[in-house]
Amino acid sequence: MDASKAQFRRVASRAGRQVTLSFEGTAIHATTGDSVLVALLESGALIRRLEFGGEPRAGFCLMGACQDCWVWSAEGGRLRACTTEVADGMVLFAEPQPMAGLHG
Amino acid sequence: MSERTTDVAIIGGGLIGAWTAFFLARRGQRVILIEKGIVGAQSSGVNFGNLRLQGRFPGQYPLSLRSQALWEDFAGLIGEDCEFEQTGHLYLAYDADEQAKLEGYAEVSESYGLAIERIGPADLRRRWPWLGERAIAATFSPRDATANPRLATPAIARAAARHGAVIRENTRVSAVDRSGDGFKLTFADGGSLSCGALVNSAGAWAHEIAERFGETAPVFPAGPPQFVTEPFPYLIGPSVQAIDGSVIFRQIPRGNIILAGYPRTAADPVNNRAPVPPAKTLAAMRALARVAPMLAQCHVIRVWSGIEAYLPDMIPVIGPSETTPGLFHAFGFCGHGFQIGPGVGLCLSEMIVDGATPTPLEPFSIGRFRSVTAVSEKFRREFD
Amino acid sequence: MAEIVIIGAGPAGISAAETLCANGLRPILIDEGARAGGQGYRRPADGLALDMNRLMGSEAGKYAALHRRFEALLPRIDYRPRTLVWAIEGNTLHLLRDGRTETLAFGKLLIASGAMDRIAPLPGWTLPGVFTLGGAQLALKDQGCLIGSRVAFLGSSPLLALAAKQYREMGAEIAVIADTTPLSAKLSALPELLRAPHTLARGLVYMAASLRAGTQMLHGVTPVAVEGQSRVEALLLRDAQGRERRFACDAVALGYGLKPETQLADLAGAQFAYDLDFRLFLPKIDGLGRAGSALYLAGDGVRIGGADAAEASGALAAHAILGDLRRPQDIAAMRQLARRVERLRAFQRGLARAFAWPKAQIAALPNSVTLCRCENVTVGEVRGVMSRELGPVEVNRVKAMTRCGMGRCQGRVCGPALHEIVAAMAGCDGAAAGRLRGQAPVKPIALAAAGTMA
Repeated sequence: MDASKAQFRRVASRAGRQVTLSFEGTAIHATTGDSVLVALLESGALIRRLEFGGEPRAGFCLMGACQDCWVWSAEGGRLRACTTEVADGMVLFAEPQPMAGLHG
Repeated sequence: MSERTTDVAIIGGGLIGAWTAFFLARRGQRVILIEKGIVGAQSSGVNFGNLRLQGRFPGQYPLSLRSQALWEDFAGLIGEDCEFEQTGHLYLAYDADEQAKLEGYAEVSESYGLAIERIGPADLRRRWPWLGERAIAATFSPRDATANPRLATPAIARAAARHGAVIRENTRVSAVDRSGDGFKLTFADGGSLSCGALVNSAGAWAHEIAERFGETAPVFPAGPPQFVTEPFPYLIGPSVQAIDGSVIFRQIPRGNIILAGYPRTAADPVNNRAPVPPAKTLAAMRALARVAPMLAQCHVIRVWSGIEAYLPDMIPVIGPSETTPGLFHAFGFCGHGFQIGPGVGLCLSEMIVDGATPTPLEPFSIGRFRSVTAVSEKFRREFD
Repeated sequence: MAEIVIIGAGPAGISAAETLCANGLRPILIDEGARAGGQGYRRPADGLALDMNRLMGSEAGKYAALHRRFEALLPRIDYRPRTLVWAIEGNTLHLLRDGRTETLAFGKLLIASGAMDRIAPLPGWTLPGVFTLGGAQLALKDQGCLIGSRVAFLGSSPLLALAAKQYREMGAEIAVIADTTPLSAKLSALPELLRAPHTLARGLVYMAASLRAGTQMLHGVTPVAVEGQSRVEALLLRDAQGRERRFACDAVALGYGLKPETQLADLAGAQFAYDLDFRLFLPKIDGLGRAGSALYLAGDGVRIGGADAAEASGALAAHAILGDLRRPQDIAAMRQLARRVERLRAFQRGLARAFAWPKAQIAALPNSVTLCRCENVTVGEVRGVMSRELGPVEVNRVKAMTRCGMGRCQGRVCGPALHEIVAAMAGCDGAAAGRLRGQAPVKPIALAAAGTMA
């Protein structure tokens, strides 16, 4: 993950409770009301890796139409980053986590 | 359009018609394959894609085993890829009655030479860790396979064309008549042709042709509710079927899971519509999540159905006409025609060219509908 | 009495609800999102320190009024936010809310589902940092963020200049505003654009603001590529004189106007016809928005027209519902609304010439360009399959053979460009290239949403 430079630039502050979530193992700080997509792109430039070939994606339409911003959560849950608000303690990944010993 | 003489005309450009055209052309016959729309666009193109050997009607095994050998050589025969995978097929039982049923199927399969593995509760989750807790027994048939139905029929039609078959799409037959000891076909655009032998592989519309020659089969159109999911990590190797009929599913290497459910819903072949009631989609989603709980967060992205031709005894019509020499029927495959397609085409070509086929086809004769037919239990269970 | 259900709480849906309430009815208003206002008039989340007055500019008054009207409406309607309609069967809606499915029967259904950006791909368009033009505006209006620090605006739309103005005012560097339609086409469309003089004036103001600020504004460009290793670094294009120009940037806002989101109308049984001006299949409606015996369509979800047309057509469709329920109708009001809708929608036809969908550029895309970003299918794969014997010649068959349009978005993004590639390869006109068939679910739904078996 390219954490050295954020994609998004915040130009209007948000009042609200601070939350901490984790993406690809790195802690991210956000405010309630932020979408997951914005929280991720304010700290880096990656939302997910495409299933076919692994190229990085960072969302596209921001309105829940293109379906290109689905991220993976630690328990195997899935969420669409642009239409989901951040919650404290989310553990998210850019690609499916190996489901140990499940292949058969 | 000018009059044309050909050896064999085939009405219906689905999987059956395409395989038949291929084998006939390969034997040097002049063949014209006539399709009212685009080849492979009806049930041939939207079916589940199972090349299942377990659990078939016992009288179908010789045909089925012959067919599987042809599928296994698809690339060599046809020269294109149809995403054939020898995935194996897994039947799941959830109680003692179902287990007994699996055992019955397994014995029939083995009597025809298939190798079937029986798996008990201790080994089930070790072999297939994604299986939910409730399954108590399974049978696994390693020779079973899957393929992509959307790719198969056009590829077979192209191969038939390379061997000299003429493929006529967007051609609707308006009349079929006896002409000497052959047939004359008239087309909606005014053209016509004459042929020596005629193959009726017109799917959900085939009974109309049969009826022109004084025979019939009580075909009715229906389609299984199907859906496909988003790509999900590839975990499920075999094609899977719960023996209670609640789900059939498979995962393709790209990760999507394809599911076909029950009961099947009546389709409308006139308007070419096969609706999928959302309640059936939901029932199938619940059933899949029960069999494979780790799929709970996997998302369904599309539903579809198709128009398949069913017969009340759940076996197809394959074989010569009872009334008209030179006419051959192959229709009403009751949702399981994909796997036996190549064998049907090969047998029809043998009947036409050699006068006979070594594969026994008597159970599939159209003559069985001369009198009232018993409705099978399977039929009652699987339809609305 | 059977329910009147409105899908979509944007300007069209809100206006429809108002008209129905004013006549003593209590409609159900369903919206997929958490907050009313649709996309263009989206109300930002609480606590965001955005000067919406400034951001909405000349539309600020209407924006504030819409939200005031919605607040006044709330006690008089059954408002159901965060609710997705995923399937329609007969007169039953299948809903998904809070991760669970439920059903809702309707007597009359008004779909005001809005629009999304229409996209033409180019090499590199799937790189992180490329967003739709609408998305670039939402990032700002909904979340208070810019999509980058130095942003290129590419496509063909009056909104390119508007978005660039908003971005500039919020502190972004504007790398370029690059419009693919030649200036001559804009000039020759002027007479038609004069039908809506206020709208035209607004557009000219945005463009003037860009010129004053020294922003590069190019017309008649040919996009060449978005460049970058793992994210946007530059936009390469050829200008109207054929010269190659490279603009360093860290984000691209891409858009060629809007297209109605018609998936629900499709499931509800609307008939479609191909529109030659817009090169889109659009639902057939009568002058009041009727699309079936119990089906009404309004707003950008049926015809692009902007917020004013959305409000008027929403009210008009509500009047049609009242009439069909044998309630008294305000004929004078309806006539006025119908005239406004007609004028504003006709204006869009002029806009479609001034800001043209780049059909020829799409047909000329190199084979290596990704066409379907969900399934990673290239333009070349589509052309290859079509050039085989017995190859497909219309979009549904092309989709079946290539997987283009089979991904999670079900052709929302790639559909229009796929259509042009197919039409060009098949040598047929737009209508003959076919319309991607719609099916449930309208958006992805998790297996768990179906609940558990008894």
